[in-house]
Amino acid sequence: MTLPELWFVLIAVLWAGYFVLEGFDFGVGMLLAGLSRDEVDRRVVLNTIGPVWDGNEVWVLVAGGATFAAFPDWYASLFSGFYLPLLLVLVALIVRGVAFEYRGKVDSASWRRRWDLCIVWGSLLPSVLWGVAFANLVRGVPMTAEGEFDGSLLGLLNPYALLGGLTTCTLFLLHGALFLALRTTGGVRERAHRAAAALGPVAAALAVAFLGWTQALRGSAATLALAAVAAAALVAGLVAQRARREGWAFALTAVTLVAAVATLFVALFPDVMPSSTDPAGTLSIAGAASSGYTLEVMTRVAAFGTPLVLLYQGWTYWVFRRRIGRGSIPAPVALPAQRRPETAPEQVG
Amino acid sequence: MDALDLARWQFGITTVYHFLFVPLTIGLSVLVAGLQTAWHRTGQERYLRATKFWGKLFLINVAMGVVTGIVQEFQFGMAWSDYSRFVGDVFGAPLAMEGLLAFFLESTFLGLWIFGWDRLPRRVHLATIWVVALGTWLSAYFILAANSWMQHPVGYAVDPATGRARLTDIGAVLTNSTVLVAYPHVITASLVTGAAFMLGVSAWHLARGNEVEVFRPSLRLALVVALVGSVGVAVTGDLQAKLMTDQQPMKMAAAEALYETQAPASFSVLTLGSLDGSEELWSLRVPRVLSFMAEGDPDARVEGIDDLQAASVERFGEGDYVPNVPVTYWTFRLMIGFGVLSAGLAVLGLWLTRRGRLPASRLFWRASVLAIGLPFAANSVGWVFTEMGRQPWAVYGVLPTSSSVSPTMSVAEIATSLSVLTALYGVLAVVELGLLVRYAKAGPPAVPAHSPDPADEDEPVLSFAY
Repeated sequence: MTLPELWFVLIAVLWAGYFVLEGFDFGVGMLLAGLSRDEVDRRVVLNTIGPVWDGNEVWVLVAGGATFAAFPDWYASLFSGFYLPLLLVLVALIVRGVAFEYRGKVDSASWRRRWDLCIVWGSLLPSVLWGVAFANLVRGVPMTAEGEFDGSLLGLLNPYALLGGLTTCTLFLLHGALFLALRTTGGVRERAHRAAAALGPVAAALAVAFLGWTQALRGSAATLALAAVAAAALVAGLVAQRARREGWAFALTAVTLVAAVATLFVALFPDVMPSSTDPAGTLSIAGAASSGYTLEVMTRVAAFGTPLVLLYQGWTYWVFRRRIGRGSIPAPVALPAQRRPETAPEQVG
Repeated sequence: MDALDLARWQFGITTVYHFLFVPLTIGLSVLVAGLQTAWHRTGQERYLRATKFWGKLFLINVAMGVVTGIVQEFQFGMAWSDYSRFVGDVFGAPLAMEGLLAFFLESTFLGLWIFGWDRLPRRVHLATIWVVALGTWLSAYFILAANSWMQHPVGYAVDPATGRARLTDIGAVLTNSTVLVAYPHVITASLVTGAAFMLGVSAWHLARGNEVEVFRPSLRLALVVALVGSVGVAVTGDLQAKLMTDQQPMKMAAAEALYETQAPASFSVLTLGSLDGSEELWSLRVPRVLSFMAEGDPDARVEGIDDLQAASVERFGEGDYVPNVPVTYWTFRLMIGFGVLSAGLAVLGLWLTRRGRLPASRLFWRASVLAIGLPFAANSVGWVFTEMGRQPWAVYGVLPTSSSVSPTMSVAEIATSLSVLTALYGVLAVVELGLLVRYAKAGPPAVPAHSPDPADEDEPVLSFAY
């Protein structure tokens, strides 16, 4: 394997890690309103991901940084080409991140309701848009001979890409529901199971359709095998969910996500950004890569840093492994909302 | 305005905004860790309450620093793709290292610290906040190494085949003389920022006689850190000025609005001139000081803008190599002025609170509260100075800013993102400031009851929960 190929694999690993980790916290974010009957339930839901969502989000920052360092041309063409969708992702991640920290800071129902909307939408938009972006990448986008994106925003919203967005969104929802079933007790856990049971078949149908279409577009024996693993893991996960083996079910949807990301990256190989118009514009792994020296330096840093990160992030999940229920939630510590004399007392809704 | 202007405005607005939160995070993380250490060592409840109080304000601030940081990484590719293509081989490496070695550390251990009260053994929990602080310091290092490379490119060669920069020596990039002085300058300025915040909030409470046993130690800690930090800022700032004169003489000349080469050169404390800075109407000057600042020698010759422009044209071809002189002139002065004011206040405060005293003067308390803004202002104008003073270069002497912008980005796209981000940042600024003020005014919480051993219960109550 050449160094650029190794870095292609490492970037795939970072995205797979991102989809598995932030995938479930996106799912939990989207399910915040749906699975909660009241404020205590909402706090149960949020606290399952409270200690870890920030660390999960860093996976995408590192994936971005690694792409910049290892494949500057890919980073430049992709990020400038997908300008407006990425802007939407950024806005979503900003309001979502702030919402986690701020929603409990003021004791007012309307204040929390607004931030809850930020969490739900801030989780939903990236869940769809990452799928749309990856599907477009695999399908190929219009590129000039100089390797610059030459398409339009509407061109990115083609049926295959929209199916990709729907697939990631549903998979994250299922993955998040299983995480909640694994990490909570009581009503939230029961509702999470029901949600997972309902979402399961939809997710399976979408995933099979999307991976099948991918196979038709850029398939090989390897992608077929990986797509089969993704599908098999998903079905096994649904079986585990019915048996209420929550740990297995969650681990199996994680395998589905890893295999799905692997399918997309293997389908992309040996290109990083295929052109759908001028074949000369296609960016390949070899063509878009940094110099050998940079990749060597980065490889050393990754060899040192990656095991360390896995170790302490794994430890975090161990520290916060206990289930959370309504009884775990302490009284809120928020300051009461400031009441202006002229306004009527707030409605609690 | 064309796409380039809009992209520059966007970069300026998002960067200065992001950098309002970063120094406070860097400074407060250490101060909070110090207070928690004091609690760990002495077992005194007032230190625990102080840790929780400042910790909450720290977290309200961190949230904004984190989310605005994402924009920073992505916009290189989005709005500055030609820059990214040209420098990715060199500039991407420290950026990726920041993510892998610093961001992961910071965010993961922050989660452990926030939610780990009573869940982790006390000593381990104390260690988590120190690791958070270490993460913020590391992160600052890698980012400044990347920025310093733009100020003073080293350890690279331009590949004749591709016309792009190629890394030849990562050691040179990470030990660039520019980052070695910029880093301590930014870190000490961040300590002053955190300390000024702590000083001002403590002063507000002490003026009202609130919780003296919590706020007096906080006040003293803040004053000491502010003073030590200010001395560090001044010393590193002086080193930076000399290095800048050597590496970017045009920036130094612009900082002084010095058009004609002088030997010895005087420092202008205040000059009123024509709007483009080329004509002087009235000026207050200290003889020989600029020569000393620039070269460490009161008689040294300091080159002026006109000579440097002529030299640049000769070296790089026709063009305007003079940065915006009024902006560089005023930001340089304001940066130094705000810094000197904070340092003066720290000295005064230490004197007034010596040997257990608390000053009765309302003036000192009021000044301390107002002074919260000084380091933030100094940090902001400092960055505006150092980035605007480098123009027209994105990478000094190598890549012009005008050749860095994304060629495929439309004016509509950049106008959209500029307005969306500015509006969003504006709203969030109001929310953040409101929360900080309310939580600062509310004062330290009562110490929560600690459950003896959470492992014994089936469903232990979380000691901290969203």
